Amino acid sequence: MYLFGDPATWLPLAFAALLGLSILIYVVLDGFDLGVGVLFPFADPDEKDRMIASIGPFWDANETWLVLAIGILLVAFPTAHGTILTALYMPVAVMLIGLILRGVSFEFRVKAPAGHKRSWDRAFYIGSMMTSLSQGYMLGMYIMGLDVTAFTLAFSAGTAVFLTVAYSFIGATWLILKTEGALQLKAVTWSKGGIWGVVLGLGAISVASPLVSPRIFDKWFSMPEFFLLLPLPLMSGALIVLLWLALRRLPTSDDSFAWFPFAATIVLFVLGFFGMAYSFYPFIVPDQITIYEAASAPESLFIILIGTLFVLPMILGYTALAYTVFRGKATALSYD
Amino acid sequence: MDTLILSRIQFGANISFHILFPTITIALGWVLLFFKLRFSRTGDQKWLEAYRFWVKVFALSFAMGVVSGITMSFQFGTNWPGFMESVGNIAGPLLAYEVMTAFFLEAVFLGIMLFGMSKVPSWLHTLSTFLVAFGTTMSAFWILVLNSWMHTPAGFEMRDGVAFATDWFAIIFNPSMPYRLVHMLLASGLTVAFLLAGLSAFRWLIGDRSDGVRATIKTGLTIGAVLIPLQILAGDFHGLNTLEHQPQKVAAMEGNWETGPNVPLVLFAIPNEETRSNDFEIGIPNGASLILKHSPDGVVPGLNDFVAEDGTVQHPPVAPVFFSFRIMVATGMAMLLLSWASVFFMARKRRGVEGLPKPLLYAMVPMAFSGWLATLAGWYTTEIGRQPWLVQGVLTTEAAVADVPAPMVASTLIVYLAIYAALLTAYIGVLFYLARKAAKGEPLGPRVPVAQAAQVTVAAE
Repeated sequence: MYLFGDPATWLPLAFAALLGLSILIYVVLDGFDLGVGVLFPFADPDEKDRMIASIGPFWDANETWLVLAIGILLVAFPTAHGTILTALYMPVAVMLIGLILRGVSFEFRVKAPAGHKRSWDRAFYIGSMMTSLSQGYMLGMYIMGLDVTAFTLAFSAGTAVFLTVAYSFIGATWLILKTEGALQLKAVTWSKGGIWGVVLGLGAISVASPLVSPRIFDKWFSMPEFFLLLPLPLMSGALIVLLWLALRRLPTSDDSFAWFPFAATIVLFVLGFFGMAYSFYPFIVPDQITIYEAASAPESLFIILIGTLFVLPMILGYTALAYTVFRGKATALSYD
Repeated sequence: MDTLILSRIQFGANISFHILFPTITIALGWVLLFFKLRFSRTGDQKWLEAYRFWVKVFALSFAMGVVSGITMSFQFGTNWPGFMESVGNIAGPLLAYEVMTAFFLEAVFLGIMLFGMSKVPSWLHTLSTFLVAFGTTMSAFWILVLNSWMHTPAGFEMRDGVAFATDWFAIIFNPSMPYRLVHMLLASGLTVAFLLAGLSAFRWLIGDRSDGVRATIKTGLTIGAVLIPLQILAGDFHGLNTLEHQPQKVAAMEGNWETGPNVPLVLFAIPNEETRSNDFEIGIPNGASLILKHSPDGVVPGLNDFVAEDGTVQHPPVAPVFFSFRIMVATGMAMLLLSWASVFFMARKRRGVEGLPKPLLYAMVPMAFSGWLATLAGWYTTEIGRQPWLVQGVLTTEAAVADVPAPMVASTLIVYLAIYAALLTAYIGVLFYLARKAAKGEPLGPRVPVAQAAQVTVAAE
């Protein structure tokens, strides 16, 4: 426990990093399958089956990252967990009901009598929307320090829409990768229509966070930090330009570069995430509770960390196995 | 109603809905592994048919379990922040280990188990089925460790109102854990046994005479007949363990108010907390003393020992515990009767499923959900029996509840209840719809051609 000096210092930091990693993986992975749900009404019935087939083997494991993230928050930072979740009582409830609806619709839409399929498709769409919107709303409220005023509500309504569009964007890029033919063409169109959500979302967060918190303003706009951090927005901007150029040329005749929009979007999400992590460190409840104040007893954290170091590589390993087994274009999903 | 009672109803509704599905998936995973192994060994299509049908039930139940489970993990924070703030150092690592060793394992390999049969070698598919079954069981292990610790806390010390772990071995193997774990795993086995038998009996009754349906009726009834005596024994041991650590719960289960010898076994009564006695009591003399102390004049604790000097009641509400316990026991008896009678008729003249009398087959259909009833009744007995404590002797339920306005909790509670009612109806409807479809011989999926099945057999050897 004393390997890296005082465990009360490095253990909370290690768990904040783990928490961040889980949220990042969740946003990317469940982001694309939530996005596919958001795009559902734009597809015709055959395409819907193909879209579900592209996420069917993955969605459950994707959602587990959310359980891990909330688990780490609960385990490592119990007081922050209580403060954040009671403040977000309603949006959390909306998200949970959304997750229930879409999770069961996956199964019911293919198992229920054929006449009910359309209703379950609608439930899948509504559930995906509720989940995405409430997550975006919570993101906004979190950035605003969990204060409820007319301004923060308006801002959070904005982030709710941006995140939902951003999810639909990464969902569309996933479909470019996993489908072919007419659906792939449609996915390219959807991506072009959704890229503004990413731009506005990243933009709104980048502009609002320093304006709301003088502390964050100082972290970004003092010297020499400003220049050290400059690559972050510059790279993001360059990626968006590249994405736009790629989308105008896709799909290519031999399907090369179908992976590029999805991969570039992941990098974009990662960059945005690091920007936010840098802004908020060392606070876990913005400008109220730091990770050091909220952390559990070092003994308890240590016993979890040991397990994590063994288990996390295994989890990543067999997740990679699943993505390898189901690589390539999505085929009709059957229990064969 | 205030926030406390609304939050309790909400969590109770949530966890009641949730537990229905893990109760199925824990044991059904192992049953599917059994079907898969039988098919690999014999190449007999009936095992593949059984696998095909029940893997659908598994997938549906699993999804229901996952989404209702996510809801619960969030409610710790939204409704019960005091729980994690005071015992988070112990509950936290246990939950973390559940997520890391169980949730990811089952979630990832479920994809391969459901959709990978033709994409991966047969052995990898069988291994995935095993890992999913293993994952669900690991998940049951960790959550029952935590639940048992809340009943019989051990291996910790309190500093400034916060629990700190001192001995992880004592925490994991706390006094009631082995009993509760065995009792719950057997409950899961019985739930699946009667679900298998009941849904297959339904198919049989509407005219399905396939070998697959024969195999599942037999498998279900056999598992039921073997597990039910074990469960009665395990339940008895669990009760004795509870008597040692939570005597007030046993007093409520028995409806016994005064501590003393020669306590009767109350078969029926209406416990009255106003008069602190039972109305309309029918009992067997010395019964409770015999069961709990193995002697007619054994001293059995009574509820009146758990009232403070100032009259504050420190035992659980009596009627719910008393009645849930009786519902559980009665359901268990019905299971015993049905499964043993069926096995008797199947063995007689070796007639198999054909030897089962029609009334017995009809009885099996509603009994398909007897496992749910017994499991819920059992959990109500033990969980309501823990009140007013959240963690026995450490933290009261009242102290852990969130300061959220009551109307807010009420509004989410109503939505949850509506959704749960709708989903439960849809779930049961789809089970019977799938059964009818299978009985008509409509394909649940393309069959594996014989040549390929033979290859699978070779590969498995």
